[in-house]
Amino acid sequence: MCGIVGLFLKDQALEPRLGAMLADMLVTMSDRGPDSAGIAVYGSAEPGLKVTLQSTAPETDFDALKAALTAEGHPCDFTRKDTHAIFSFETPCLDRLRELLAGGFPSLTLMSQGEAIEIFKEVGLPRDVVARFGIGEMAGTHGVGHTRLATESAVTTNGAHPFSTGADQCLVHNGSLSNHNNLRRTLARDGITFETENDSEVAAAYLTHKMQAGANLGAALEAGLDDLDGFYTFVVGTKDGFGVLRDPIACKPAVLAETEQYVAFGSEYRAFVGLPGIDTARIWEPEPATVYFWER
Amino acid sequence: MQTIDLSQESLRDLNKTLQSQPPDTNQTAWEVLNPKGSHALAVGLDAPITVTVRGSTGYYCAGMNKQATVIVEGNAGPGVAENMMSGTVVIEGDASQYAGATGRGGLLVVKGKASSRCGISMKGIDIVVHQDIGHMSAFMAQKGNLVVLGDAGDALGDSLYEAQIFVRGAVKSLGADCIEKEMRAEHFSLLSDLLEKAGADARPDEFRRYGSARKLYTFDIDNADAY
Repeated sequence: MCGIVGLFLKDQALEPRLGAMLADMLVTMSDRGPDSAGIAVYGSAEPGLKVTLQSTAPETDFDALKAALTAEGHPCDFTRKDTHAIFSFETPCLDRLRELLAGGFPSLTLMSQGEAIEIFKEVGLPRDVVARFGIGEMAGTHGVGHTRLATESAVTTNGAHPFSTGADQCLVHNGSLSNHNNLRRTLARDGITFETENDSEVAAAYLTHKMQAGANLGAALEAGLDDLDGFYTFVVGTKDGFGVLRDPIACKPAVLAETEQYVAFGSEYRAFVGLPGIDTARIWEPEPATVYFWER
Repeated sequence: MQTIDLSQESLRDLNKTLQSQPPDTNQTAWEVLNPKGSHALAVGLDAPITVTVRGSTGYYCAGMNKQATVIVEGNAGPGVAENMMSGTVVIEGDASQYAGATGRGGLLVVKGKASSRCGISMKGIDIVVHQDIGHMSAFMAQKGNLVVLGDAGDALGDSLYEAQIFVRGAVKSLGADCIEKEMRAEHFSLLSDLLEKAGADARPDEFRRYGSARKLYTFDIDNADAY
C-alpha cells in the first residue's frame, strides 16, 4: 500500500495552518503503511540556500558542520529539529557542502536543498514523526506527505519518502516501478547520483533530469508516462508547483479535492475529512495516465 | 428511524447492530452519520432494512449485501457492494474502482461516475451507472447486466463470459473477445426494467449491447493441440 497526502494552498490565509492540516491528513493515512513517514513543506522562498540535513549523531554533527563551514568562509545558521536541521546560507555553497559531507560527515545525509523546501522523514508512525519534527506548527504554501509500507528497499530513514533529487523538488510514490534498475543506469550515465536502491528515488531523479533539461513539471510528468514502467501514483512538489500522476492501469488509489482555498490530494477520501469546506469541495478521482498540475 | 453516529459509536458496533437485525425486524429504517470515509461500512447485512449513509464512504461499503438497501449520500471508495448477493445499493455520488466486483445478485446504482474495473468478474449482479465508467470494466464478467448511461473507458468487457453490457455513450475500446451484438426484444424489455428500477432517465433504444464473442473461453476442437 503506502499512503500519500498533498496540499497546495490558494488562499494565503491558510498558510499558517499548512503544517497542521497536512499532519492531520497524514496521520489519517497511517493504516496504509507503518514503516516510515515523511513530509515536505514549502515555506516562502528566501534568497540564498536552505538545506535540510539529517544526522544519526545530531548532538554533535550540526555544530561541527557549522564550524567547518564557517572556518571556510561559508557563514550559516541552523535550526535543529530532532534528528534534522535546517541550515541557511546567504550565499549558496552547495557543491562545497556536498564535498564536506562526503569527506568528513558520514553520519549526515542531505534531505533537501533549495530556497523553499524542508523535508523531514524518519522510521516510525506518522503520528510520532510529525510530533518529533513539530510539523503541526509549520507554515507554508504547499506540501506533501507519505507513510510507507516498504516493498522495494530497506526500512531506513533514507528509504522513506519524500525523495528530493533537485533544488526545491520532491516526490512521493505509492506503487512499485519495474524498470527502475535500467533507468537508474541510464540516468547515472548522465551524471546523476543516487543515495538509495529505492525505485521511487529513480522516479524523482528522472523528473529532476527532465526539468533540468528545460521541461516544466507538467511536461516532465507527461514524459514519465512513456519512460516509467510499473505501478504508480505520484505526487510531486516544486518551488511553486504541485503535480499528480497515475499510471495507465491506476490500481493505486487517488482522490483530489479542490475548493477556492486549496487543492488537496489523498490516497483515500478519509484524509480530507478535517479540511475546511470539504463538504462543498469538488472531489474527483484523477484519471489514469493523465497529468494534473497546479502552479502559482 | 434509528440513527447511529459514527463520531459516537464504533464501526464494529455499527456493523454488529445492523448485521444482527432479524428478518422480521420492525426497525427497517437506519441512518449513519459522520461516515468520514470509513472502510467496510454496512457490510454483511442480511435483513430487509434500509440504511442511509449521510456522507462519503471508504473501501468496501455494503460488501456481501443480502436483502438490505444501502444508500450512500456521497461518494463511495473502492470495492463498493463487492460480492453483493441481493438487495440494492445506491451511490448518489461517484464510485471508485471495482464497484460491484464479483457481485452475484441484487442491484447497484451509481448516480455519478464509476471508475476503473466496474463490475469486474460480476456473477449475476445488475449494475446501472448514470454517468461514465473507467477502463477494464466488466473484465471476465460472467453473468448479470452492466448498464452505462455515459461513456465506457478502454478494454470494456475484456475476456467476457456471459454478462451483458449496455452502453448509451461512446466506448473507447472493446477488450479481447467482446463484441457489439444486436438489441433484440428481450433486451429492450430487460433494459427498460433496469432503467426504471435505477431511476435513470434514458430510453432503451439509445443503447448498444455488447457481449462475448465466445472465442476465448469456450473449448475449440481446432485448438486441441495447444493444450
